[in-house]
Amino acid sequence: MSDADVIVIGGGLVGASIAWGLAGEGARTLLLDEGDGALRASRGNFGLVWVQGKGLGCPEYARWSLRSADLWGDFAAELHEATGIDVGHERPGGVMLNLSGAEERENIKTLAQIRLEAGNQPYDYEMLDRRQMAELLPGIGPDVVSASYSPYDGHANPLYLLRALHAGFAAKGGRYRPGEKVEAIEAGTGATTVRTGTASYAAPRVVISAGLGTTALAAMVGVDAPIVPLHGQILVTERTAPRLALPTNLVRQTREGVMMLGYTVDDFGFDTRTRADRSRNVALGALRAFPCLRDLRVVRSWAALRIMTADGFPIYEQSEDHPGIFIATCHSGVTLAAVHARDVSRWVLGHDMPATFRRFSTRRFDVQETV
Amino acid sequence: MNASAPSADMIDLAIVGAGPAGLQAAVTACELGLSAVLLDEGAAPGGQIYRAIETAQVRPPGWRELLGEDYAKGGELVRRFRASGADYRPDHAVFDISPDGGLGVLGPDGARWIEARRILIATGAMERPVPLPGWTLPGVMGAGAAQTLLKSSGLVPGGRTVIVGSGPLLFLVARQLLAAGAGLAAILDTTPRANYRRAAPFLPGALLAGSSELRKGIAWFMAIRRGPSLYRSGVSGVGIEGSEAVEAVTFTVAGRRDRLACDLVLVHEGVVPNVQLSMAAGAEHDFSEQQVCWRPRLDTFGRTSLERLLVAGDSAGIGGAERAADAGHLAALAAAADLGLLPAADLKARARSALARISRKLALRRFLDALYRPRDEVLAPPDDETLVCRCEEVTAGELRRVAAMGCPGPNQAKAFTRCGMGPCQGRMCGLAAAAVLARASGRSMAEVGHLRVRPPIKPITVGELAGLEGVGAPPAMGPLLPTAPKDGAGA
Amino acid sequence: MFRRLFEPQNPVAFDFEGETVTAGEDDTVAAALLAHGIRHTRTSAVSGSPRAAHCLIGACFECLVEIDGRPNRQACLTLVRPGMRVRRQAGPAAMKNGGGA
Repeated sequence: MSDADVIVIGGGLVGASIAWGLAGEGARTLLLDEGDGALRASRGNFGLVWVQGKGLGCPEYARWSLRSADLWGDFAAELHEATGIDVGHERPGGVMLNLSGAEERENIKTLAQIRLEAGNQPYDYEMLDRRQMAELLPGIGPDVVSASYSPYDGHANPLYLLRALHAGFAAKGGRYRPGEKVEAIEAGTGATTVRTGTASYAAPRVVISAGLGTTALAAMVGVDAPIVPLHGQILVTERTAPRLALPTNLVRQTREGVMMLGYTVDDFGFDTRTRADRSRNVALGALRAFPCLRDLRVVRSWAALRIMTADGFPIYEQSEDHPGIFIATCHSGVTLAAVHARDVSRWVLGHDMPATFRRFSTRRFDVQETV
Repeated sequence: MNASAPSADMIDLAIVGAGPAGLQAAVTACELGLSAVLLDEGAAPGGQIYRAIETAQVRPPGWRELLGEDYAKGGELVRRFRASGADYRPDHAVFDISPDGGLGVLGPDGARWIEARRILIATGAMERPVPLPGWTLPGVMGAGAAQTLLKSSGLVPGGRTVIVGSGPLLFLVARQLLAAGAGLAAILDTTPRANYRRAAPFLPGALLAGSSELRKGIAWFMAIRRGPSLYRSGVSGVGIEGSEAVEAVTFTVAGRRDRLACDLVLVHEGVVPNVQLSMAAGAEHDFSEQQVCWRPRLDTFGRTSLERLLVAGDSAGIGGAERAADAGHLAALAAAADLGLLPAADLKARARSALARISRKLALRRFLDALYRPRDEVLAPPDDETLVCRCEEVTAGELRRVAAMGCPGPNQAKAFTRCGMGPCQGRMCGLAAAAVLARASGRSMAEVGHLRVRPPIKPITVGELAGLEGVGAPPAMGPLLPTAPKDGAGA
Repeated sequence: MFRRLFEPQNPVAFDFEGETVTAGEDDTVAAALLAHGIRHTRTSAVSGSPRAAHCLIGACFECLVEIDGRPNRQACLTLVRPGMRVRRQAGPAAMKNGGGA
């Protein structure tokens, strides 16, 4: 006697997107989540729906990101229809800023290579000179040597996205259990049992999408999913009168008018404290990009831990020992929300696995031995 | 790590806040030979309770009597502080803190990171936010706010003023304003009648511990009752009316709705500790049901769960100015002992009288906390339309909606509604938001938890933060990042 | 709404939206504006509703005003200076310089 058709472990952006998709497909879905103090990467997100620069050496990932970005508009509309929540999705294109000649050379090389690897698929982008930047990005600083523009990029409000996914999931009959951290997964014949501190649940299919908690849970079902936390720090300013129409990789303005300044990359283990020197670095970088930010007040800084695999690409895997148990995790929970909702949910329900998926199985991490 | 290796001239004790706790801690620390720095965002020492105490000397005659003896005592403490030799830095706001003894400080010359062997947080308290219908209208402020205006600038309300709420400060302020010649149209006492019964068991202990304080309180109260202002007790259901500013206050007494036209409403329902810095540092906190607020977990000397951090005064828990001074003294003693600069026997000897005084007064505190415990509607506003988050304009109803969705606590509620994301970063809405969630889900405040506090604790601009000194050089020009994730975007 | 109990010994004059305001040398901008009878000192960046100082000790961030061109300064924590130019904070801060919008 099962409690659901599918149990999804993890109520962050990845789990909630998959759960929303499952509920939309008519599957009876139970979503288990931790409490208010969870290491919630979904609440520590810059909000980019981003394609450019992704997938160097992995054209499947570039395609996967582009597919999701293309589906995002409809995805947002469906959520709005189901919940009344506007997740603030806009797709004006996006810009990567180059603050030095070295960055510019790296940028050009990367994009050219990705375009090459795309084969006969279109891969649009444009390098912008100073005059073009000045038009698109008023106030751009003199230190910015050039930028790359991609029409595929956009942004959304990741917090409203999470709220909408939860609300939509409930609206479609999904059941949500917060404060239930999963402690054990026991695969059985026909059904898997999931035990939390207070209860146990059984279902024929289980999705493990627990962010940094995925590694421990995946190990319980014989899947090695190596993930490391990668600390990233962001500054948030007070609201300001709108001026930045395009999101950039360093500075982005939200619909409320708040400026988000990023970003850093550090290995501090599981420590989510902010560091004053990293805040200083982010502020410096933001000022080099847009000197006019100088008098704007920083209202908050926060840090979150990215869910980083060794190569930076997602893990989508079905346990070989225990078919019916799936692992899904990535660090681009916002960008990939649309394909998680549509494609990954269908994969979980037994539809054919797209060829792209095989690229993201954990077996790729074993490759080094055969080389 | 944030800073370079500790240097020989590292500060022994960095004190944040120039109220009675901080001032006394500085005096004690200097007496013991510690190097002490006192940082305060204000321009002059005294904190809130002794605000403008130095300029009080040049006020007109009668000023001392108006503000009372308790206030005047602060002058002596400030004099001792000025003579102590402490490194005093007014106009310096602490915007960041790290548990290993670092402080981010913003002064007139810019932002600097400093390190100390011990940090004492003595940032006092704020008035408990009272979310009422209409509370964001111009013309609504705290009773303590009106007292601040009186002390600093000699201002008194000049129009038609209603004071509403509960607690000792309410009666003190009412008495002060009346004595200063400000007319008070009404004093609306919201102390629940049931509180008198609940506090009664603590009265004998309170009489023993603080008969003079109680006598003073009764005297204020009698002066108000004998005065020309309307006095109503057992008031509930307070609301504020007006379109562009306050026009009237409405309320319920003895089952009847009433309305008073006015242009200034002074609200007060007690004070709560400023826990921003202690929470940002990561110290353990507990929810006190006795005082209905969050407090850092401390030992008798003010040591927190973090080795280098202590807290003293009202930011540890509400206890008043004299207790704050004693607590500052104890914290300085503890810091000295922990740094090996004070033998254990001396610590005991020097701590004895402060510990005894604090212990004696506990029974009085218990009585006052029980008598003036706010009504439930003060903590969690019943009307869905009432704003809980003033900055981002999030209503109680909106919070109840996300609670119904299973939202586990104020951090997720913040993510979903923006409650707590504005400039005040949860100071005004944190308690009420948690209370609304707690009531809606049948959980206690301790279970629901509190908002995570992150720096900057005080406003700092992008430019000021970019110029932060004392944290090592920024990365060389070129890529700011050591390595970026291979897929390009950082998020 | 507020009146002074005593006249300032060393008055300070500053400008509030074109009006001259006379303040005491120890006044905060918030106190000076209240004494001058100003009812609201900003309009909310969220809804445009009129707001004014509430806590007077720097905790509520309601008293935000523009001082000498710098937006969103807390009036209750800023002492008056002669010749200061103060304006209501109308909605969100506007970023200065840099071309375009």
